[in-house]
Amino acid sequence: MSLTSRDVEKIAHLARLGITDPEKPVYAANLSKIVEFVDQLARAKTDGVTPMAHPLEGLTQRLRADEVTEADDREKYQRNAAAVQAGLYLVPKVIE
Amino acid sequence: MSWHARSIAELAAALERGEISSVALTRHFLDRISGLNGALNALITVTADQALAAAAVADRRRAAGERGPLLGIPLIHKDIFCTDGVRTSCGSRMLDNFVAPYDATVVARLKAAGAVMLGKANMDEFAMGSSNETSFYGPVRNPWDLDKVPGGSSGGSAAAVAARLAPFSTGTDTGGSIRQPAALCGVTGIKPTYGRVSRYGMIAFASSLDQAGVLARSAADAAVALGAIAGFDPRDSTSVDAPATDYTAALDAPLRGLRLGLVKEFSESLEPRNGALIAATLDAFRALGAETTTVSLPSLPLSVPTYYVVAPAECSSNLSRFDGVRFGYRCADPRDLRDLYERSRGEGFGAEVKRRIMTGTYVLSAGYFDAYYLKAQQVRQLIAGEFRAAFQQVDLLIGPTTPTPAFGIGAKIDDPVTMYLNDIYTIGANLAGLPAISAPCGFVDGLPMGVQLIGPHFAEGRLLNAVHRYQTATDWHVRAAPGYA
Repeated sequence: MSLTSRDVEKIAHLARLGITDPEKPVYAANLSKIVEFVDQLARAKTDGVTPMAHPLEGLTQRLRADEVTEADDREKYQRNAAAVQAGLYLVPKVIE
Repeated sequence: MSWHARSIAELAAALERGEISSVALTRHFLDRISGLNGALNALITVTADQALAAAAVADRRRAAGERGPLLGIPLIHKDIFCTDGVRTSCGSRMLDNFVAPYDATVVARLKAAGAVMLGKANMDEFAMGSSNETSFYGPVRNPWDLDKVPGGSSGGSAAAVAARLAPFSTGTDTGGSIRQPAALCGVTGIKPTYGRVSRYGMIAFASSLDQAGVLARSAADAAVALGAIAGFDPRDSTSVDAPATDYTAALDAPLRGLRLGLVKEFSESLEPRNGALIAATLDAFRALGAETTTVSLPSLPLSVPTYYVVAPAECSSNLSRFDGVRFGYRCADPRDLRDLYERSRGEGFGAEVKRRIMTGTYVLSAGYFDAYYLKAQQVRQLIAGEFRAAFQQVDLLIGPTTPTPAFGIGAKIDDPVTMYLNDIYTIGANLAGLPAISAPCGFVDGLPMGVQLIGPHFAEGRLLNAVHRYQTATDWHVRAAPGYA
């Protein structure tokens, strides 16, 4: 299946990825080749096969007790943010 | 013998006898890094001051009577592992300014064992690549030929060990990212069973495939290093709650009666010189007492397309956390929130990461989920079932790690699908969660090649044992790249 620049625009929007106009046909060509490549899966006979849910058969993910285990390191974590104020992360105004 | 040519056990013995201190040993490796890394670009960050301080602590611990196989031994961490107070870039512009606020469990365990971090290794951006060319920090060069790639994504980890900048390094393997660079750089690399090593603090790419492991110059060294990081961790919900084995205990066990299965689908279309190396490797194993047979896993040729649905799908979900708000790159002067998200991600991620996010978004989008993601997870089940059946007949599977030796920098970077096919022999183990190891087995065109052994779940000890016995009978693993002896 071949993807167009318009398809790329739609996918990039879903993924919140800013891409430039000159990049669009390049990604369209790349993604078309990738999709064409993975399309060979359609030939595999998988009737009645349960999709894999975990690489280790029979194992499921553990649950843990709902207890607080971490210390409050907000200040340390916020040192990696571009803009914080009074312990809050700043973003452009959302509501006018 | 120079310090950088010695095994971990030899270094530990020298430290124990007081022939060298950890501080002096650390300085020796830091000197090599400052002399050689400029040409190789194997490290993104060198942590010289912290390394010397950690080495001094290791020396004091030893003086106080503490012992341990890694106490005072230097290493390099792949820059995908969070290191408290040290930049953790994941090879991306997105995290160029990110200073991790905590240690990954792998890092914490090696620290507790007294190992000394020299720095952080270069890698493909977010571990997405097979050549180390997708790194924001530029390609790593292969010590065997500086015009060739080292493989990826743990290319810096592999090149550093091959250039003897450290006795061992950590890596991660989602589709071959430890084994493929280990093969192309002539070192030994093991990807453990899914869930054997904690992924806490290891930046996520594809969560059902990612697994941490080690690269070293021999299976004996890898056994010591893996022993320090394997084991249950309550902070990783996929960590397996089973005690880790002492991987050094069974290293010397004889191979008499070991049943090795040559994977038919891997050996059919082999380039003749690669095929000759694998045939010679089988001869060496037979001389050690192993029995060899051929087994077929008919769905295995579908492992690459399966992977390129599952891995991008999981990556598109995992990488949605990079939003320019809480950490990582933020674009200049965003107009509004959508512009902040789109430009921060568009400018912060490189081309291959964007390709994979978009592929993943596409295969998960409405109308395509069943045809791609569900279908891929079904094929994955078929592949896992064929591995299970194979391990009814044989103890371990064997075959090449890569189709070719290291290729030229720039040769495949513009053609994603051709690049993806580098991992044709390694991806199956990730899809089925199996442990696998690559070890040097000879040369093609003067460049190292690897043999891969794959085992059933939790057979790390058996894999290390088989390769260790092979390495006592052969000397491929002790050859140094010219100029790096």
